[in-house]
Amino acid sequence: MLWRNWSVRIGGSTLLLLLLVAVLAPWMGTVDPTLFDAASRDLVPGAAGEIMTLEGEVKKHTFVMGSDSFGRDVYSRVLYGTRVSLVVGIASALLAVFFGVLCGLAAGYIRWLDGLLMRVMDGIMAIPAILIAIAVVALWRANLPTVIVAIAIPEIPRVTRLVRALVLSIREEPYVEAAVALGTPTRKIMFGHILPNTVAPLLVQGTYICAFSILLEAILSFLGVGLPPDIPTWGNIMAEGRVQFVAYPHNVFFPGIFLALTVLAVNILGDGLRDTLDPKMAKRV
Amino acid sequence: MAGDAATAEQIESIRAGLGLDRPLVVQFGIWLGKVASGDLGESFYYRIKVATLIGQRLEPTLALATLTILIAVFVSIPLGVAAAWRFGGWFDRFLMGFSVMGFSVPVFVLAYMLIWLVSLKLGWFPVQGYRRLADGFLPFLHHLILPAITLSVIYIALIARVTRASVLEALGEDYIRTARAKGLPELRVLVRHALANAAVPIATVIGIGIAILIGGVVVTESVYAIPGLGRLTVDAVLARDFPTIQGVILFFSFIYVLVNLLIDLSYVFLDPRIRY
Repeated sequence: MLWRNWSVRIGGSTLLLLLLVAVLAPWMGTVDPTLFDAASRDLVPGAAGEIMTLEGEVKKHTFVMGSDSFGRDVYSRVLYGTRVSLVVGIASALLAVFFGVLCGLAAGYIRWLDGLLMRVMDGIMAIPAILIAIAVVALWRANLPTVIVAIAIPEIPRVTRLVRALVLSIREEPYVEAAVALGTPTRKIMFGHILPNTVAPLLVQGTYICAFSILLEAILSFLGVGLPPDIPTWGNIMAEGRVQFVAYPHNVFFPGIFLALTVLAVNILGDGLRDTLDPKMAKRV
Repeated sequence: MAGDAATAEQIESIRAGLGLDRPLVVQFGIWLGKVASGDLGESFYYRIKVATLIGQRLEPTLALATLTILIAVFVSIPLGVAAAWRFGGWFDRFLMGFSVMGFSVPVFVLAYMLIWLVSLKLGWFPVQGYRRLADGFLPFLHHLILPAITLSVIYIALIARVTRASVLEALGEDYIRTARAKGLPELRVLVRHALANAAVPIATVIGIGIAILIGGVVVTESVYAIPGLGRLTVDAVLARDFPTIQGVILFFSFIYVLVNLLIDLSYVFLDPRIRY
């Protein structure tokens, strides 16, 4: 039923393709993305050259997307960058949804927690997401787990609000009332009766969070506050390429196109999921 | 800060001087107490008051944000109304496609595309930099217009989408049919009857969009080398200048909450049915 929707088809298949690229990166004519060769600096796209491996052997290599100012192969770095983006996007979305669901269920079902929890969430929402992420990364040293957490934190309130609103309407349903009357324990009502009914909207919301997380990771890297610059992420490649943007714009454009395409694919997938799974929401926006 | 050749005692005395030797909770408590009395502390890096620092960097950011909002509102609302007017038509579909693109193309990718096309190839605008308003209005605008266009795209996407949805809803109401039956010109029906009744959600989304705008300011200022608050935030993080980071984040959040409060209050004017 999902696959009948054109947005799901287009977004989903683009994403599958990118997933394949991420997994198969080492076998797609790439070299080690951190390998640099002073002899092949600043090559234009398509230039043939050679690159020295760590073992000291010189290999013939065509720089499909050119090389950066350290002599690293941009094509390899962009392909390996797919891994970082997808991992960060999916992991941040899962993390935000997980904690958002916990908080939302608690706020919606345990009434005395509601006020306290929602004021905390309002507080987080008052700070723009990018600033929270920057602040969290600034507190710790940036590595993959801290970047994922930093991106997930500002998204938790949005999930919490969604889940809370759903719980508040579901808990009035007759089947929940029946479960309460039968003396079902609270925990079982929350996870067995209410949670399954929130899955569809959560899937839609999670997809949008994934797109936003990929974007935010690239922004952090680009600003120089994300993952260390030797790790091939699209943001890092662009940050490195911007110094020589006037002479060699391709170092900015190739990762930029990949980034825009990925975010677009995830957003289109989200729109498709929303239209098929959550017709009420589709009418609203 | 102490240099590479600092001894352990020197480092220790600097840490004590900055108050970094105390537990984090105590440091935060002291900071909070000072903020309550209007003191944001002193920057570790620039060695001046954070409040002074924010004051120095305020003009470029304020100018960029104002111009962006102006462009966004004047472009997006007519687009949204037009799309709702011809719902399902080619313009509507084009606008929806554009808005998904606007959400997906990152601000810095768009910035470099525009720099490459408009500044490098066509040479219409300077590549980077900022002129103060005191240096004359035209150079000021000339340097600011490309960053503002860049930043306004995602904002236009957001506002146009909501304008379309809420005007569409208003167009289904009975009073629209009445207005048309009275023989009012279509433009007057759209603006005076449909748009006026759709104003509250549009105002709300402009307020929520301030969060996106602040995030965009941080990135745009870095790309276009504008010495504003966004650039200051990034520099402060890179220098691990915590009082400045805290001060700027507090300031941005304050602005965000303040703007949203003002918009909430403006509902009274936008919709006379609402009273506080």
